Amino acid sequence: MSSVFSNLKTACFSALLVLAVAYPVLGLKLSTVGITLEVQGASPARLWAVAAAALGMFVWQLLRNRIGTLWAGAPKLPKLSGQASNWLTLPANQRWFIAGLIILALVWPFFGSRGAVDIATLILIYIMLALGLNIVVGLAGLLDLGYVGFYAVGAYSYALLSHYYGLGFWTCLPIAGLMAAFFGFILGFPVLRLRGDYLAIVTLGFGEIIRILLRNMTELTGGPNGISNIDKPTLFGLSFERTAAEGMQTFHEYFGLAYNSINKVIFLYLVALLLALLALFVINRLMRMPLGRAWEALREDEIACRALGMNPTIIKLSAFTLGACFAGFAGSFFAARQGLITPESFTFIESATILAIVVLGGLGSQLGIILAATVMILLPELMREFSEYRMLMFGALMVLMMIWRPQGLLPMQRPHLELKP
Amino acid sequence: MSRPILEVSGLSMRFGGLLAVNGVALSVQPKQVVSMIGPNGAGKTTVFNCLTGFYQPSGGVILLDDLPIHHLPGHKIARKGVVRTFQNVRLFKEMTVIENLLVAQHRHLNNNFLAGLFKTPGFRRSERGAMEFAMHWLEQVNLGEFANRPAGTLAYGQQRRLEIARCMMTRPRILMLDEPAAGLNPRETEDLKALIGMLRDQHDVTVLLIEHDMKLVMSISDHIYVINQGTPLANGTPEQIRNNPDVIKAYLGEA
Repeated sequence: MSSVFSNLKTACFSALLVLAVAYPVLGLKLSTVGITLEVQGASPARLWAVAAAALGMFVWQLLRNRIGTLWAGAPKLPKLSGQASNWLTLPANQRWFIAGLIILALVWPFFGSRGAVDIATLILIYIMLALGLNIVVGLAGLLDLGYVGFYAVGAYSYALLSHYYGLGFWTCLPIAGLMAAFFGFILGFPVLRLRGDYLAIVTLGFGEIIRILLRNMTELTGGPNGISNIDKPTLFGLSFERTAAEGMQTFHEYFGLAYNSINKVIFLYLVALLLALLALFVINRLMRMPLGRAWEALREDEIACRALGMNPTIIKLSAFTLGACFAGFAGSFFAARQGLITPESFTFIESATILAIVVLGGLGSQLGIILAATVMILLPELMREFSEYRMLMFGALMVLMMIWRPQGLLPMQRPHLELKP
Repeated sequence: MSRPILEVSGLSMRFGGLLAVNGVALSVQPKQVVSMIGPNGAGKTTVFNCLTGFYQPSGGVILLDDLPIHHLPGHKIARKGVVRTFQNVRLFKEMTVIENLLVAQHRHLNNNFLAGLFKTPGFRRSERGAMEFAMHWLEQVNLGEFANRPAGTLAYGQQRRLEIARCMMTRPRILMLDEPAAGLNPRETEDLKALIGMLRDQHDVTVLLIEHDMKLVMSISDHIYVINQGTPLANGTPEQIRNNPDVIKAYLGEA
């Protein structure tokens, strides 16, 4: 009897919660009348729908035990996912899988539409960012919420060098990487003593400091207006614009083709792919190098590391520096692709998105990150009509992940080392 | 008597008003097993923490081969060949057994970034050497078949042995074991005794031991130090300690 009563209590509460959430979101509408906003009730049909949802929730909560037992009798879906993902994350299989992905990624821009290639470029930028953050968060276990700061440093390094000194993309790419790495090193020092929550707060502050600095150093960075007309990358000095600047040749003139703007999009995509592959390769090697193992050991137990003669300071700094370096590369590419950057491109929500990709993919797992970046960037693009509910879906996705796969989509597996030659 | 490898004098450690260690002196000869015993809370682990640089001692001198080491940070002391295990096992639990051993060889490996990036022959050789050395020690502690298991999934006794093997990866000169027999069954304790004996006799390692298992301590030690409430109480051979009235009093209380 008491279980029925407690069910009733939960059911009432859940129904009220549905009303409380759904009525302000769906049931009220803001419309402009003249120059003021007015709150209006939605159509009766919609209000009825909200009420029906609340009622549905009430019944579901009341009868959920009984429904649960009914459901248990239903035939089970074949349980495949666990095994399949296990197979996918085995390092030996992953190599083949990644090789397949690379071939697919190389071929498909020549068939995909312009918009699709553009989105794919964006996905590649996020893959690069997430791979870099994965060093810091996934491998070294240092929660960094200000990663976007390094992204901004990379982007502004290229934008400023190009704006003031007219340097090209390929010259600036390593400089941007080094600048970001330098900032990573600078940030690394004060936060060495911190762990967990404290580290997260300090890095969060760092990311914001960078953004606010960029917005307020108006003479140098253009303040809130940012920097525009940043040059696009060139292919060995061949520009992809319709008409080249003095002393330069365009791609279509050189090869005697008709000008087509999609060439530029495909080229940008291929540059992004190149950079992402480079990041993938370097980080993959790093994970199998003594340094990569030291990062993971540091995440597991810092005191034991110290007792074995490893210097935690240097290991942490190297993780911060290398992670930031990849953000710098991604940032300078981002600046080149957009042609315009403002401080508002580097808000905290970017950091959160990158971190979400890393966590969603499974901390430390590279294939997982590729998959998660695709999901996280593609979903909002595919569901543009529902863009108002983007954050709602974001939240729902996170909750579902927590229930079903708390370890991430494709969690990292330890390499199985062959012992005997 | 040859020159001591580790010489400690007047070591004291103060936490606020509490004097946890007061005037402890040790003199450890090379290739010996030296034990530190004493009731719970006597300050034995604090002495270890001072020796390995986890605490900065409030006073006293620690000489390793006649060179002072008491101002160095922990990792530098470890690099000089003073390596320890912990009272509660501190393995890298998510990593595999063999990875635990590879991590510990960090300093002895080819750490060149570019060499690792392009897998140069030098890098491969260094990695292969590390693997063989790790495998050799895994067999020494009877864990060969578990090489690719996550270290956290091993049984407790196996974890303890792995921790000792991991210390050996750093090629230590002094190995400090903090209650290595705690939680082991009698047979595992026998194995441990054989292992410690082998470390001393075949690998020229000096072993410093904190242990409560008196049977083990008495049978393996070359020299024993007794500490009570942070102050040295007695030292000598196992035979001398066994018959020392002060020690008996500290352990059993006044009759």
